[in-house]
Amino acid sequence: MTCEWRDKIGAYLDNELSEADDLAMSRHLRTCQDCAMAALGSRKLKVSIKRAASGRFVPSPEFRSRIGKAVAPRSRSLPSWLPGFALAATAIIVVAVGLGLLLRPRQHDVLVEITDLHVSTLASANPVDVISTDRHTVKPWFQGKLPFTFDLPELQNSEFHLIGGRMAYVAQGPGAQLLFGVRKHQISAFVFQERESFARLGAAPKTSQNLAFNLETWTDRGLRYVVISDASAADVLALAKLLRSAE
Amino acid sequence: MHDDRGNAETFEALAMPLLAPLYNFAHWLAGNRDEAEDLVQETYVKALKGFGSFTPGTNFRAWMYRILRNTFLTSRTGLKATVSLDDEENPVTQPAADDDPESLLFARADQEEIRRALEQLPVVHREIILLCDVEEMSYKEIAELAGIPIGTVMSRLSRARSSMRSLLRTKLQGARQ
Ligand SMILES: [Zn+2]
Repeated sequence: MTCEWRDKIGAYLDNELSEADDLAMSRHLRTCQDCAMAALGSRKLKVSIKRAASGRFVPSPEFRSRIGKAVAPRSRSLPSWLPGFALAATAIIVVAVGLGLLLRPRQHDVLVEITDLHVSTLASANPVDVISTDRHTVKPWFQGKLPFTFDLPELQNSEFHLIGGRMAYVAQGPGAQLLFGVRKHQISAFVFQERESFARLGAAPKTSQNLAFNLETWTDRGLRYVVISDASAADVLALAKLLRSAE
Repeated sequence: MHDDRGNAETFEALAMPLLAPLYNFAHWLAGNRDEAEDLVQETYVKALKGFGSFTPGTNFRAWMYRILRNTFLTSRTGLKATVSLDDEENPVTQPAADDDPESLLFARADQEEIRRALEQLPVVHREIILLCDVEEMSYKEIAELAGIPIGTVMSRLSRARSSMRSLLRTKLQGARQ
């Protein structure tokens, strides 16, 4: 049997639900795993289409100047700098379109990017580049690859285990993605240098949700941490606390 | 009232920033560069001529897309593409329960696969996905520019997405087995 909310997921992601329905849908997605997964799939597709199709075909400079001449006011000849200027303007638009790939305007942020990364990792046949349960193997692997270092906690007396790590790129910057397991769930912990793109998230520890995922984010000594998983909020918080206590 | 020159300046300022997205849209519809250029050029010429009838303050972008779309629909490729429009009747197919979750499936799709699937869609479906997901137009804007009720926008969009999903599903699951 399909959930009655299922048909509204498209309109929800398109930002087309009434305010009341939008709120109700956000709430529903926190409790209905089926709809949350469907929404995640639809969102993935929407983002991928935007990425694959926008700016796919670009007018040639000759064509651009042909159109420019056709619409220019008759009594004015084109200044010689215009074509170059017009090209620069196109480049800016293309970049803007390229960056505008995240879908719901209200959620245009790095957390959406991070959620996508986490999901892609789970989908990947080789989720990590360095496979090890030993923090003393994983930590040095990042040295020389990242312009910063970070510490990993001792997990022996916890429910968590380390699976491995990989490089991650978010908002055009490199960082570390560490994959942990807890019972049947996997948790990603991302570490980046704190910068403008993350500032909106605030420095103090903060819990939030993005679709079916629980998130915990904070800054520490110039580094931005984001922990994300479909595991319970309590598990996510527990791992976050372990990471904060690492030395 | 504008004099002609002021009119043309306003038009130029409004229309030139739309050139790149309109051209991209035209190319996706027509499928090749020559036709895309013809479509865009004809759109700009028609729009400049008809600019007097454009109501300032209303949606200029949607107006331009509407002209381009109508130009396409009456072109040879457009007429051919819309002949077999069995659109609104086919049922939407839901994935089988044992299929891979789509979030994981689509995470594996690369840009080339998405593009090929989009190319394989019937024009009406490709068009509505482009307007909604790439141009990020609202349902209301799409309804106005395509001259259809909002309900039809929604049902067409959901059919378009479901065909897109089954195309990708076939490609991706087929490739793996
Ligand atoms: Zn549901």
